[in-house]
Amino acid sequence: MQNKFTRNVFFIPYALWIALFVIAPLLLILYYSFFDIEGNFSLINYRKFFTPVYLKMTLSSFWYAFLITLISLLVAYPTAYLLTKTKHKQLWLLLIIVPSWINLLLKAYAFIGIFGTYGVANSFLEVIGIGTQQILFTDFSFIFVSVYIFIPFMILPIFNALDELNPALVYAAKDLGASGWVTFHRVIFPLTIDGVKSGCQVVFIPALSLFMLTRLIAGNRVITLGTAIEQHFLVTQDWGMGSTIAVFLVIIMFLIMLVTGKRKRGV
Amino acid sequence: MTDKTIIRFEHVTKQYDQDSPVLDNVSFEIERGKFYTLLGPSGCGKTTILRLIAGFTEASKGDIFFNGDKINNVPANKRQVNTVFQDYALFPHLNVFENVAFGLRIKKMKNAEVKAKVQEALSFVNLAGYENREIREMSGGQRQRVAIARAIVNEPEVILLDEPLSALDLKLRTEMQYELRELQRRLGITFIFVTHDQEEALAMSDEIFVLNQGKIQQSGTPIDIYDEPINRFVADFIGESNIVDGKMIADYEVEFGGKRFDCVDQGFNPNEPVEIVIRPEDLEITSVERGKLRVRVDSQLFRGVHYEISSYDEDGNEWLVHSTKKATVGEEIGLYFDPEAIHVMRLGETEEEFDKRLESYHDGVSYAK
Repeated sequence: MQNKFTRNVFFIPYALWIALFVIAPLLLILYYSFFDIEGNFSLINYRKFFTPVYLKMTLSSFWYAFLITLISLLVAYPTAYLLTKTKHKQLWLLLIIVPSWINLLLKAYAFIGIFGTYGVANSFLEVIGIGTQQILFTDFSFIFVSVYIFIPFMILPIFNALDELNPALVYAAKDLGASGWVTFHRVIFPLTIDGVKSGCQVVFIPALSLFMLTRLIAGNRVITLGTAIEQHFLVTQDWGMGSTIAVFLVIIMFLIMLVTGKRKRGV
Repeated sequence: MTDKTIIRFEHVTKQYDQDSPVLDNVSFEIERGKFYTLLGPSGCGKTTILRLIAGFTEASKGDIFFNGDKINNVPANKRQVNTVFQDYALFPHLNVFENVAFGLRIKKMKNAEVKAKVQEALSFVNLAGYENREIREMSGGQRQRVAIARAIVNEPEVILLDEPLSALDLKLRTEMQYELRELQRRLGITFIFVTHDQEEALAMSDEIFVLNQGKIQQSGTPIDIYDEPINRFVADFIGESNIVDGKMIADYEVEFGGKRFDCVDQGFNPNEPVEIVIRPEDLEITSVERGKLRVRVDSQLFRGVHYEISSYDEDGNEWLVHSTKKATVGEEIGLYFDPEAIHVMRLGETEEEFDKRLESYHDGVSYAK
């Protein structure tokens, strides 16, 4: 009895937190999504979401999130693999993670300085004879900076998965005649797929709703769902439409979690 | 080198960084179709030899030959050997069938052929019908068999087994010893088996290499090694031994424990200091008058098959006796042994000199053991 009681007491902060900061906001968003800009109850926001404007925005959000995730993965997997082979792997891992402790805005402003017309990147291009280019406010800079920001989150789960991989399995594959590449795609990758999945989750989902970078780095040339929500709440004051987009984002994220979720595996 | 030789090590040294070598100038030959055991305590270099043969590591010095070809620089996936790993190293994301089929699929074998071969290999290890099981559903002994099937299905010339039985419980281990031995006879493939368990080595091998500190101490049949250990290490490592200092008075006469005894060893210098080995099971408890040695029983353990009796002679040498008869602690008893039970070891003798000396016995006297 006593035990059960104390357990329930410990449960209170958690329950309060979930109720106040997870369930209540979600319900509020759902509630607001049913009101038009004048404050009348209607389903117009949902109808509007399925117009070409918003569908295109959704598609472009997906496309950029996909590119960011893919490039992060392509950079992170080999990096994580090399990290597990180094002597002081925990130290190297730490060095890669440290930048993620720095505020996102600071990093964004730093990149404005680097990619700007008179920034380091352009000075370099000038020196090697290519000449000053428009780097900031392009798709390239947007994806580059996003990848830079997300990469530690991709490396960490993949690193953990690779680190846990029994090295004897790699020897076993070689022993049975597998070349380096065959060993990778038949043994190493399938056995670290869970790390790849969690990495993709933690990159893809936030990348879908990026909004600060779209303005600072992409100069509003890239409009994602995140940007749209921000604009509706802060600029057009159409809270209903903003909430509707948010509802869709939540549903999409939930679906992604379901699809990429960990299936139960033994050993 | 004869045609029988399949693997040959020539002065192979393996050294990491500046540490003392793991393997120190080792040379040996492995013959086709035999069951070999590399036996030694942990860190003696036995697993390193296996890894060198498999190609998981490179020799710092020396050459390794396979079927007469130097294979120092041949990568692991191009070698005609397969390994059964200590923890089996089965692929957890593949089922039993695909684990066994792994090597065949890499060779791009046709599906029907793969199926036939995998089924044959699985029935060889008594696992027919387990094709679709997941690895996590298999018990330790079954995983062991899958690992063996995965190796033999590729029809390698040599199978390397890295302490494959160490994770199994005693009963299963004994069972697998029989099975492995039987399997090797049926397949006729060379097995190289690594273990630190001397009983396992004695029971299974055609030939044992006893290793210590990166050197082969002695090689030979189980009986040779048990009955005629070359030095204190081997005598001590293989089975229980009574080892005491002695002196070789002349051929066939040795002195220890303050007395002279007949023995069957020869070829020593007069009065050469030696070490004497007598196995505990060769000592027989008798009355003080009839005994060759007079000892006092210090302690006694019941081991199931026999009593293990620890006793001391007047010089303070310990004598371990295995006897089906019970002794009384504190009592004085006599110990009797045959001249053949005495094994004399020359101090610091190399394996070559040792073999030469043994050879000379066989030319002369008949050797009872």
